[in-house]
Amino acid sequence: MRILGIETSCDECSAAVVDNGRTILSNIIATQIEAHRPFYGVVPEIASRMHTEWIIPVVKEAIEQAGIEENTIDAVAVTSRPGLIGSLLVGMCFGKAFAFSKGIPFIGIDHIEAHLYAPHLEQDISYPYIGLLVSGGHSLITYVRDFDDYDVLGTTIDDACGEAFDKVAKFYDIGYPGGVAIDRLSKEGDDRAFNFPKPSLHKGDHQYDVSYSGLKTAAVNQLDLFWNGEAEKSRANIAASFQRAAIDIIANKAIKAARDKGVKKIVAGGGVSANSYLRRKMADQKDIQAIFPSLKLCTDNGAMIAGLSYHHLKKGRQSELNLNASARVPLFKKNYP
Amino acid sequence: MKSIYTLNSAEETMAWGQKFGNILDNKAIILLKGPMGAGKTTLTKGIARGMGIEEIVTSPTFTIISEYPGNKPLIHIDLYRLEGEDDFESIGLAELLDGPGVKILEWSEKLGDYIKGFETMEITFSILNDNKRQIETKGITLS
Repeated sequence: MRILGIETSCDECSAAVVDNGRTILSNIIATQIEAHRPFYGVVPEIASRMHTEWIIPVVKEAIEQAGIEENTIDAVAVTSRPGLIGSLLVGMCFGKAFAFSKGIPFIGIDHIEAHLYAPHLEQDISYPYIGLLVSGGHSLITYVRDFDDYDVLGTTIDDACGEAFDKVAKFYDIGYPGGVAIDRLSKEGDDRAFNFPKPSLHKGDHQYDVSYSGLKTAAVNQLDLFWNGEAEKSRANIAASFQRAAIDIIANKAIKAARDKGVKKIVAGGGVSANSYLRRKMADQKDIQAIFPSLKLCTDNGAMIAGLSYHHLKKGRQSELNLNASARVPLFKKNYP
Repeated sequence: MKSIYTLNSAEETMAWGQKFGNILDNKAIILLKGPMGAGKTTLTKGIARGMGIEEIVTSPTFTIISEYPGNKPLIHIDLYRLEGEDDFESIGLAELLDGPGVKILEWSEKLGDYIKGFETMEITFSILNDNKRQIETKGITLS
């Protein structure tokens, strides 16, 4: 089964052609980073306008690079939630129109589920495992039994992990996107210069939840309070110390979840999974195998949408053409969605 | 009418919000102002609790708008990434402000004249020290 996958939930305009949920024939990702750089964050109006301009050339490029005929596509899969509503709608409208005009099935795909699926495009991974999804919009620790069967063990109770990176980077004028800029600057810094707080949420259902609001406030407003009294209060030292705390917060919870649940595998995804400190830290856990997708599949991409949709379509699922996009999924309910 | 409150911790910010959330009517528009890390989202969490919303309120920076259903719905809007009227129009801000529900707007400094003509309440944060915050309210009477 040959599927065209489309992803426009945020600032990447992506289309991919994937065969049988595994073979990536093309995966075109047009990033809007440059357009959003002056604002140090994704500006929704800019994002949806650019998607409108880019979606047709991006899909054309995906079909051309795959070296296939348009009429060999068997189905169209599009991210339907969660994300920026205006951005989601562009991909959805295009995907529906494409499917309708070809008379082929259309299916809306959950962005979170697709990120968890992304590493499966590159290697065989057996279930169950702990899924760790960290990005600008999401911070999730999940227990994954199958591609469509998983529990959310923990999520953020305030800011997303990548959002904290972006906000701290903006405050100290470190660069955009914040995650990449802080990672780069951290290499020159002392990550013990500041001992930023890591919140401990131990209560009941919250034992795997994370919080970034306190860390953000500490890094922006309370430097003196957490300073080790020796190191220079430089941006590199702030970046390195912030990065260590931000990654430890969620990585420690994921490691704890794996040990508690007796699984030996953590599968990471989302933009922050490209972070070099996270990758080093995970590699240091001798009792746990950490699996990271390649950098191209960490970020938002159409291949993960097409790949995952194959398994849903194979189970006979598809969406009506009146399916709506939704910006938010009530993530806090422990049984996602 | 202006009032000034001192909040000594995040917990106090939360508690103040809870008390305030309790008395809000179903069309209130609340403008939050103040720097990053001042406690805007924390206050919103308290307000939500006071309104009887059980779901945990998270930062709406990524999705711009988060709606929490309830007897009185809460519409939590973050203008952090928006720039000017085109952006406000693109999220349908005017209709949201006219519609039902308690509307809380973070980074409302960005609104400028756009908000003129709406009846609003205002809460401005300043950071006094590590944990201590001062809020100045306009258009709010708390017993």
